[in-house]
Amino acid sequence: MAGATVLGRLTWQVATVDEVVEETPRVRTILLDVPDWPGHRAGQHLDVRLTAEDGYRAEREYSIASAPGEPVAITVERLDDGEVSPYLCDELRPGDGLELRGPIGGYFVWPAQDGGPLLLVAGGSGIVPLRAMVRHRQRSGSEVPVRLLYSSRSLEDVIYRAELDELGDSIEVVHTLTREQPPGWAGYARRVDAALLGEVAWPAGDGARAFVCGPTSFVETVAGGLVEFGYPPRRVKTERFGATGR
Amino acid sequence: MSFVSRGFRGRRRDSGADPSRVTPGQYVTEDFPVLSAGPTPHTPLDDWTFSIVDGDERKSWTWEEFRELPSKTVTADIHCVTRWSKLDTTWEGVSVDTLLDEVATEAPHVLAFCDGGYTTNLPIADITDGKAWVAFGYDVEPLDPGHGGPARLLVPHLYFWKSAKWVRGLELREEDEPGFWETYGYHLYGDPWREQRYSGD
Amino acid sequence: MEALDGNAIGGLLIEVFGAEMTTTRGTCVHCGAEMQMAELIVYLPAPGTVARCPTCKDVVMVVVDKRGIKCVDFRGLAMF
Repeated sequence: MAGATVLGRLTWQVATVDEVVEETPRVRTILLDVPDWPGHRAGQHLDVRLTAEDGYRAEREYSIASAPGEPVAITVERLDDGEVSPYLCDELRPGDGLELRGPIGGYFVWPAQDGGPLLLVAGGSGIVPLRAMVRHRQRSGSEVPVRLLYSSRSLEDVIYRAELDELGDSIEVVHTLTREQPPGWAGYARRVDAALLGEVAWPAGDGARAFVCGPTSFVETVAGGLVEFGYPPRRVKTERFGATGR
Repeated sequence: MSFVSRGFRGRRRDSGADPSRVTPGQYVTEDFPVLSAGPTPHTPLDDWTFSIVDGDERKSWTWEEFRELPSKTVTADIHCVTRWSKLDTTWEGVSVDTLLDEVATEAPHVLAFCDGGYTTNLPIADITDGKAWVAFGYDVEPLDPGHGGPARLLVPHLYFWKSAKWVRGLELREEDEPGFWETYGYHLYGDPWREQRYSGD
Repeated sequence: MEALDGNAIGGLLIEVFGAEMTTTRGTCVHCGAEMQMAELIVYLPAPGTVARCPTCKDVVMVVVDKRGIKCVDFRGLAMF
């Protein structure tokens, strides 16, 4: 069947939590020790499954936050009315087991040899798979130019903020803070619209590959905007996340 | 023994509920989950009609006409096939008996049809004699579009997929024709007390 | 509730088809549009998972979990 890859069986296995990193007051990165991890590609995700003592189960999907070659990590935003995210953010601790399966995904991935330039557009926790792509670019020695447009509610909500600040000149990071800005903020202060996108995106003629990730309405606005600018649809890859309480 | 996640309890589940009201295999929730097979339709009330269709004949009500019909407050326990039950839900609706009173029929079955294309099949005996309503209010408010507003079918004695959201009418039928979920493997009848979730149960 | 896309059912598709499917191309039998499985519009928390054509929005695939057994109906899609 076209598109099939040799996988090894996609089975549930129990990983151990190595470390947790509080990225923002609502967001945590969980570093995992996964026995027999086959490796992954930047942009892939894994499925997490929680089981209560009475057998009740809940399953969710999380993008892998780390680059190929790095320990497996996921970054989770706590949703107020969530069922799984409050557990992962508040209860889970180093030494605990976490049942998962993966890596999964062949569409929303960027192997460094695919080249660029890259346009990465993130809404909220949509930054996670794009951060894996950026880390992969750095680790692989790729020199493709990257522009990352990242929409967050406020500066406090920017995930991986220090890391993104230290990326260096060949990766341009443009933030927009949609709800609240710090005093003296000179950057964008609104939701991504066609005009903002037009000022940040690579011109359509540059042959850029775009990856757009975030809430569904964000993704559809951005992807639609890029296609309007002349990006070929097959160069605009999208991944929609469930509502993140924006 | 399969893996258990230390300290995970899942959604608030009310284990204090009267067990005789909880159908087999269900847990009681205080939430009201929104489940859907497609986008939420938004039909303007000016365009909305409810119809009973019998072959070539059709009896329809506009929204104004529908809202002039006698309605009542209904309190019911509801049971979703995805295993949550919610007790003492309150609705405002028009009894299906009131609507069917205007149509002379001996058809044994109906197929409820809805905005967005959803359908579900029911025996006419299960939507008459005070067992079903077309509900336009939930918990003292107009029924939210996410929960099926402006109006949904309410048939609490069957699994809640039979309480079709965004209902626009009933087709009277001689044969029991499977609706949307029934076509994809769910039970034709759907009695939660006999745990009739899937075809063959 | 907002729809997701075929990325959200990546694991489910592997379970059901035995292979990574998000880049597999298919044609909607209702409108003829072509898409990759990742581009399907997906409604998840329902009595079953419903995938719709991104162009005409008609149902192309439904997966129902019957007590652990996944039953897939993909008569709305011609895959190649």
